[in-house]
Amino acid sequence: MKMIVRISSAAHDPVLAKVILSTGVAINVDRADLDATSGEIVLEVPADSCARVANAFEREGASVAVLEHPIIRDNDECVHCGACIGICPVNVFTYEPDWSVAMDESKCIQCGTCITACPHDALTIEIEPE
Amino acid sequence: MAPKTISEINERISDGSACVLTAEEMTEYVRENGAGKAAHEVDVVTTGTFGAMCSSGAFLNFGHSDPPIRMQRVYLNNVEAYSGIAAVDAYLGATQPSTSDESYGGGHVIEDLIAGKSIDVHAESSGTDCYPRKMLDTTITIDDLNQTMMVNPRNAYQRYAAAANSTKRTIYTYLGTILPRFGNVAYSGAGVLSPISNDPEFRTIGTGTPIFLGGAKGYVIGSGTQHDPDNRFGTLMTCGDLKDMDTKYIRGAAFHKYGISMYVGIGVPIPILNEDIAAAAGVSDAELVTSIYDYGIPRRDRPVIRDVTYEELKSGTIDIDGKEVRTAPLSSFHTARMIADELKNWITAGKFLMSSPSGQIQAHGTAKPMREIHEQPLVRDVMSGRINTIGIDIDIKHIAELITEGNFNHLPVVSDDGTLIGIVTSWDISKAVAHGETGGVKSSMTTNVITSTPDELVEIAVRKMERHKISALPVIDDNQKVIGMVTSGDLSKLLVRR
Repeated sequence: MKMIVRISSAAHDPVLAKVILSTGVAINVDRADLDATSGEIVLEVPADSCARVANAFEREGASVAVLEHPIIRDNDECVHCGACIGICPVNVFTYEPDWSVAMDESKCIQCGTCITACPHDALTIEIEPE
Repeated sequence: MAPKTISEINERISDGSACVLTAEEMTEYVRENGAGKAAHEVDVVTTGTFGAMCSSGAFLNFGHSDPPIRMQRVYLNNVEAYSGIAAVDAYLGATQPSTSDESYGGGHVIEDLIAGKSIDVHAESSGTDCYPRKMLDTTITIDDLNQTMMVNPRNAYQRYAAAANSTKRTIYTYLGTILPRFGNVAYSGAGVLSPISNDPEFRTIGTGTPIFLGGAKGYVIGSGTQHDPDNRFGTLMTCGDLKDMDTKYIRGAAFHKYGISMYVGIGVPIPILNEDIAAAAGVSDAELVTSIYDYGIPRRDRPVIRDVTYEELKSGTIDIDGKEVRTAPLSSFHTARMIADELKNWITAGKFLMSSPSGQIQAHGTAKPMREIHEQPLVRDVMSGRINTIGIDIDIKHIAELITEGNFNHLPVVSDDGTLIGIVTSWDISKAVAHGETGGVKSSMTTNVITSTPDELVEIAVRKMERHKISALPVIDDNQKVIGMVTSGDLSKLLVRR
């Protein structure tokens, strides 16, 4: 599962390392945006460890949200061109045999490249999941 | 075998016995059976394409208001339409941006009109004796308009240049987002389904040819603007009524950091009158070649990276200098197929007949570049050749002295052989001093230097300075040696000279 973790101060506290050590879960970092005062990390976490990892982050003062739908497509707007296919770094989008564009949202790391690349404004990122 | 005639084909369409194939099916048919048999058996081949076609728009007639107005400016949902024609006529261009929303424009207004949505109309005029009204605000739908005629000056490019990017930064173009260091290739065009690629000699497509345009029956007016058949860049001018169109086949589009366009769906039927026409319509993606250009170079004549077939482009990856690069189109082959299929259904159902063109489209000729009477200045014309460079081991205090004595703000840092390795500005030095740094230049200089070359257009150098918010560029030769400097000051002198 993809999980987005927001930490208030990325500067000195090794929150991520602490969570990995305390849970022993092999976490994959898909994307990390960190600056002096805050940080946002997108992680790939095995589904059966999600709750445990989320709890560990929350104990460290981070806010955690599981990304059920990291990328959302408006099927009324999509014209099945392919503008998203060439630029996605993790191959979320592929062609079906009939040249319609398929989407595997589980791969999405929310980098946002496709959001601006779509000429038809069909894609949005789930910013604040339920 | 005697060639077929249009009326024979129309008889078969009318009695439901015509053999109609899409251009993809025709490719298979000709491969298996040959063009001779195809000419005998196949009556019509349908083509289709659906992609961004900027050179599109619609003539709208609003009817007269009371008191009447001669619209000198008219806006639909804040998108201006050209009103330099009669009082309540306007031409709404697909790429015209909204004055209030950069992701909305003419293409979207046309889509919204076709969808039956309400459109806000604002018009202004200076007023005349016969048209006294100076201002008008109303809301209309497509049903309130008299004529709504789409007239597209340039559609259905025979093929299209593909784009890649050799530079270090992402560029945003009318072919979409092009990633740096050959990160992707963007292309356009339906290849095997492309209308003109199936009749490149214009043996059947001409003025008056009935077509599928945006889901409606439309017509070819003639060759499109920039028609360039000698270079296999033929184009069509088309028309059709918005009121009969479908938003499945007309879509407003916004290209990030480029602007507005409109996706237009076009299908052209090709009556198979003889073997030559059949052979041309049997063309395959493997035979259709286009070129990949380096869109990182912002000139009219961009360098060709390599030639490529539509078969290679559609495979999803191609090779550039030993690197596997992903390819993806901006046009929708999925929708192009739907168009070829729908046109085939219209013809098979006897609802759509062929006709001989009433005017020929030239199968030969080229498009000229713009005639310019003012030569565009090059960086070599404005750069200052008096170069002040410094070595890496010079200290901050010494640099401060050089800057004060020399009255300049930028100092390129070079290695012993004169190769550029960094740049330091008076701002960098002030900052270093403020932080109490007194050592060498190394910690204060910028190493990722934005540079120019002597034969670069001044216009391009200006764009670089604007984009990076800097005021000077070192000018370097092929060996990275600094040979001059171009500053915003040099450029303002150029303005005075003009």
